[in-house]
Amino acid sequence: MTDLVVKNCGPMTSLQDWGRIGYQRFGVSPSGAMDRRCLAMANALVGNAPEVAAIEFMNLGGSFTCEGGSLHVALVGAGCMASLDGKPLEPDTTIVLNEGDTLQVGHPRSGTFAYLAVAGGFMVEPQLGSLSFHPRSRLGGLNGAALKAGDRLSCRPDAQQGAPGHLPLAPIEDSGPIRVIMGPQDDYFTQEAIRTFLSAEFTISPQADRMGFQLNGPQLEHGNGFNIVSDGIVDGHIQVPGSGLPIVLMRDRQTAGGYPKIATIISADLGRFAQMRPGSPVRFRAVSRDEAVAAARRLKEWLGALPSALVPLRFELTTDHLLSTNLIGGMVDAHAPQTSDPSE
Amino acid sequence: MQTPRFLPCGDTALTVEFGSAIDPGLNGKVLALDSLLRANPPAGLIETVPTYRSLTLQFDPTITDYDALIHLLEEASTGLQPQAAMGTRWRVPVVYGGEYGVDLDDVAERHGLTPSRLIELHSAAVYRIYMIGFIPGFAYLGGLDPRIATSRRTQPRLKVPSGSIMIGGEQAGIVPMEMPSGWHLLGRTPVLSYAPGRDPAFLFAAGDEVVFDPIDASRWNDLERAALAGEPVAEPVHA
Repeated sequence: MTDLVVKNCGPMTSLQDWGRIGYQRFGVSPSGAMDRRCLAMANALVGNAPEVAAIEFMNLGGSFTCEGGSLHVALVGAGCMASLDGKPLEPDTTIVLNEGDTLQVGHPRSGTFAYLAVAGGFMVEPQLGSLSFHPRSRLGGLNGAALKAGDRLSCRPDAQQGAPGHLPLAPIEDSGPIRVIMGPQDDYFTQEAIRTFLSAEFTISPQADRMGFQLNGPQLEHGNGFNIVSDGIVDGHIQVPGSGLPIVLMRDRQTAGGYPKIATIISADLGRFAQMRPGSPVRFRAVSRDEAVAAARRLKEWLGALPSALVPLRFELTTDHLLSTNLIGGMVDAHAPQTSDPSE
Repeated sequence: MQTPRFLPCGDTALTVEFGSAIDPGLNGKVLALDSLLRANPPAGLIETVPTYRSLTLQFDPTITDYDALIHLLEEASTGLQPQAAMGTRWRVPVVYGGEYGVDLDDVAERHGLTPSRLIELHSAAVYRIYMIGFIPGFAYLGGLDPRIATSRRTQPRLKVPSGSIMIGGEQAGIVPMEMPSGWHLLGRTPVLSYAPGRDPAFLFAAGDEVVFDPIDASRWNDLERAALAGEPVAEPVHA
């Protein structure tokens, strides 16, 4: 049996998969990875299906030791850099851990969320069909909790350890305003508020977590009061309470709420939005259902193509060689100094 | 028959809204449509979430044909018969007042009632579970006697204990776990409406009914022990 043992990590380091489906009718949030694109990439690098649970890092990295055998792992997201016993590793590349190795995960630098996947996934019992940790429900994660120093995550001894590889992929549709479909309660706002919402620049406030991102910017005026009889909420809903400042509801959101929702971020842009750090500017653009569905299809195809995009890795390749063959195009900071470890 | 409104919730969901009020007839339609869709899920449907007066459908936009879904929902809503109490009627034991319901005396005084008369009025009603939400297992109840409807506290409490039996405005609720609330605490039940790890984890569903059974505080310890051991403690009763 091979275990990944947590030496240290940030307080919001947790297991997350595609989310918990079917329990919102009982008040349970779906949870799940804040950026599915990065979770899927990390999983592809170790031969897993896209939705397998991985360790999600929020703002802070951590370090892990490999005990009892060897293990293929991969770290993807937010410009997070890994090092092995102090030696920096190539980004977006399968990492082979041997007995006793210590993997260091640096801080997310260009975003908020990064994912560490292991071949075959973790041997942790799902709760209500998912490993995703949700604090208020006391569900998922390791024994209903976030990860902490000393935790031991058992990995599947029979996992297929495929050939190590590299994913030379540009992130999908990674620029431009965040796309929204207006509604469900855009009729609760003045025309001026709608115009402001679609033209002004907002910034992500420091009040941003897995439940929701508060935005700073111009206040949006309700034309029709701001109390509705609580109704269903989905990921990406942009609700506007009495303050007039929007809150984008994310994976750990409540299942129902009583504030009008002016618009909803389309599913293809949710991961990109989730990676925006406090202080980042954000603009919104209204799109048609057709455009949103086309984007959802492109994302699905992109996710489906990840395994075939994997370039087998030969260990003798050096960083310079990889750069010369443009395999890590887009990773301009591949040689940037490693940020310090979070808890040492 | 008035057709419902279809409200877009991004590309992955829509809300079917039957009206804007908290009303058993509207909620009955929500639950009737929910049952229909669960019995015969259209392609790509992932999850449905019933609330007071609307049903939210989540689906995979790359599978579900949106126009066909709207057509199906329009057809299904025509002549939809509101579902009355379709679920279980639960008898929920409650210790009223004292440390179990710290607001009981104050609420009674506000309405010019004795505490025992307030308990009588509160426990005489049959409550309908309109929806479960806010936090896991929190049951929103309708059916409070209007004579004891009580405006919410001006200062919400940051923590009310698990099992609290509360009223707020014309609504009533059963608290599944410690949570913040501005509602008034009349009593407490040992029943755990949500217990992760228990099968079933959730006792109540939207469409169930609840009646409250006043019990003596001397029974609390035994019932609490049973609930913590995984017993439902709430009993199904026949109307």
